Amino acid sequence: MDLKSRLSTTASKSTQMDPSELLGNTVITTKLDDAVNWARESSLWPMVFGTACCAIEFMSVAASRYDISRFGAEVVRFSPRQADLMIVAGTITYKQAPILKQIFDQMSEPKWVVSMGACASSGGFYDNYTTMQGIDEVIPVDVYVSGCPPRPEALIDALLLIQKQVKENKYDPNRHADYIGKLDYV
Amino acid sequence: MSSSLYDSNIPITSQYTKLFTYIKALKIEQKNNSIYIEVLQSKIVMSLQKAFGEGFTYLSDITAIDYSIHPLLQPQSMALVYVIRHKDFKDNLVVKSYIDNKNEVPSVMNIFQSADWLERETYDQYGVVFQNHPNLKRVLNHQQFVGHPLLKSYPITKGQLCDESDTLLEEMNVQLFEKELITQNEDACYNEPEKDLMFLNIGPAHPASHGTIRTLMALDGEKIEAAVSEIGYLHRGFEKSCENHTYSQIIPYTDRLNYCSAITNNVAFCKTIEEMLNITITQRATVIRVMIMELSRIMDHLVCLAALLVDMGGLTNYWYIYNPREKVYDFLSKLTGARLTNSYMRVGGMAHDLHEGWKSELENVLKEVDSGITQALSLIEHNRIFHDRTQNIAVVSAEDAIKHSFTGPNLRASGVSFDMRKNNPYYGYETYDFDIVVGSVGDVYDRIMVRFEEIRQSSKIVQQAADKMPEGEINVINNRVVLPKKELVYSSIEGVMNQFKLTYEGIQVPANEYYGSIEATNGELGFYVVSDGSGTPYKLKIKSPSFMAMSAYPKIIEGAQIADAILALGSLNLIAGEMDR
Repeated sequence: MDLKSRLSTTASKSTQMDPSELLGNTVITTKLDDAVNWARESSLWPMVFGTACCAIEFMSVAASRYDISRFGAEVVRFSPRQADLMIVAGTITYKQAPILKQIFDQMSEPKWVVSMGACASSGGFYDNYTTMQGIDEVIPVDVYVSGCPPRPEALIDALLLIQKQVKENKYDPNRHADYIGKLDYV
Repeated sequence: MSSSLYDSNIPITSQYTKLFTYIKALKIEQKNNSIYIEVLQSKIVMSLQKAFGEGFTYLSDITAIDYSIHPLLQPQSMALVYVIRHKDFKDNLVVKSYIDNKNEVPSVMNIFQSADWLERETYDQYGVVFQNHPNLKRVLNHQQFVGHPLLKSYPITKGQLCDESDTLLEEMNVQLFEKELITQNEDACYNEPEKDLMFLNIGPAHPASHGTIRTLMALDGEKIEAAVSEIGYLHRGFEKSCENHTYSQIIPYTDRLNYCSAITNNVAFCKTIEEMLNITITQRATVIRVMIMELSRIMDHLVCLAALLVDMGGLTNYWYIYNPREKVYDFLSKLTGARLTNSYMRVGGMAHDLHEGWKSELENVLKEVDSGITQALSLIEHNRIFHDRTQNIAVVSAEDAIKHSFTGPNLRASGVSFDMRKNNPYYGYETYDFDIVVGSVGDVYDRIMVRFEEIRQSSKIVQQAADKMPEGEINVINNRVVLPKKELVYSSIEGVMNQFKLTYEGIQVPANEYYGSIEATNGELGFYVVSDGSGTPYKLKIKSPSFMAMSAYPKIIEGAQIADAILALGSLNLIAGEMDR
């Protein structure tokens, strides 16, 4: 029996008898969305799109001092198909933009994006002919992290914010339906 | 621009009198260890050939200067600059030539093999056409880019969208044709290869390619028959940004060149500008710079080795080697306020003095580093897998290393003992007791082991510098260069004016052209600066060690296997920030 039908059976019986009385504390009842969200938030698999200085700070986050595995996000995947959290760490240039978009498109739903650092968020102090003025010109972003580069704590904070989003909201794959990036209809 | 400012006791030019009887130079000038000559456009190739024959066999850099809005009258609006180094690695020869409006010059690839990518870059950025160059296409900007961004007429913020990456197949076909793996039909189109070749694209978004390097390989089984690399994915317009910021504002930009050892870049830049201003920094500042630079060298090598060993599958090493780096971060955060991009140096000195208790903290850091690399080495030093995977892989001979213009640990691993700290000592490096680490084969193993040993040697220098740290001021006393003390700014009109002028107008560097370099972590990091007397450089070009190493990479991996190619890439320590700029 799958989780959904098992939960619904429990729910239908509950009108007659409180299941906790019947089964003690061996069964926890919850809503399906909560159960799924709980699973999602505790095992986010990041795909690190690291290009520059911020990627070095990401190395620190992954190393043992800051230890991203405390938050269940240590399984760093470099294949977009296996990841659900994209961390864009570093400057994205116009040359890099189509690659970033392609990799974002290759990630399957559900997926979230963290823009790490000033360059990814706004182009940073590279206001010139080569740097994309923020990755949100080509892909939708869920959480921005300031800093050049941000400290590891800041990235962990972003991860917690994503976890909060995941936990509190039912995942809506169409939440960026209105988003049109600069490379969407070229 | 008088040479008297920079006269040393023995004029260098006298050693090369023979050379200058061959080269009809319009101007000869000597500043520190560099001789600056100007030749006619028609004499560029001949002059470089003669210089090559007289021992200037190492090409450092090629760039162009767009003089179209320079305040001083210039013979032509475009000039080319070649920086070449003598084979004893002591002296530089900077050959400059004004070129006419056609912007066409012959390629010098037949003299210097490493001119390949440098000429492509000059074409990309300035539109100078190098005749007879086999593959004159863009290298930093994307294929759909129109115009040449470093021309003064190109607006700095004019970005151009790119929606499709280069297939690189054109270059690949040329290579395969040269190797007789494919044939051409009568319409000069290429036929399908007879051999069952597989094409594999690695990067730019690949964990082992550091996010920014792309290589297309033609594989016969696991063997790489031909390879083409593409860079520029992290080209952030450093040089154009520099032309639009004051000298002090450039310091944070230099941090992000080689972001693994930010302070070294600060020093390289500040030292160049100080030499242009003819300033000598204080004793204490010199020793602090040496100490922090060597500490940066340690932390840069740590991150290179940690990442490389992860690429090899040795994850445990990562924790052993990376944790000491965290300790260095702690020290630097306390000293400079930032972990990675410190912006600690200033022209004329540095932002602030060492903090209380620095010495014991530093000694603890060195202990951690030593125990980290000892533990990592105990895992790999006698490890058969490690040896098999690194020894005799991606070998670069000493001769090839010079042809490719390798520098730093990569060059030394090939057995060439060039280290500017010994060959061209600055900041009193001749008074420190340390060795140049040299490899014997030039394979991946040597490049790794040279870095491990360099960490030990740098630790020795840090310790010696800490022990002899002199007391005194950290900044030179010069109102035109160093910001006034805050007490003065808040209490006197002169102080306010001084602060305002220096911040708003920048440090006024007299009109000059100068090439300055130091031994950074990856090798010789040089700045070619053209100043026009204002607070902003007219032009600034970086001689980037990683750029040269990367241009040789496709050749190095020919005949190797994919797994070896990954290690070869890691062992060259290519830092995209400084490679693509």
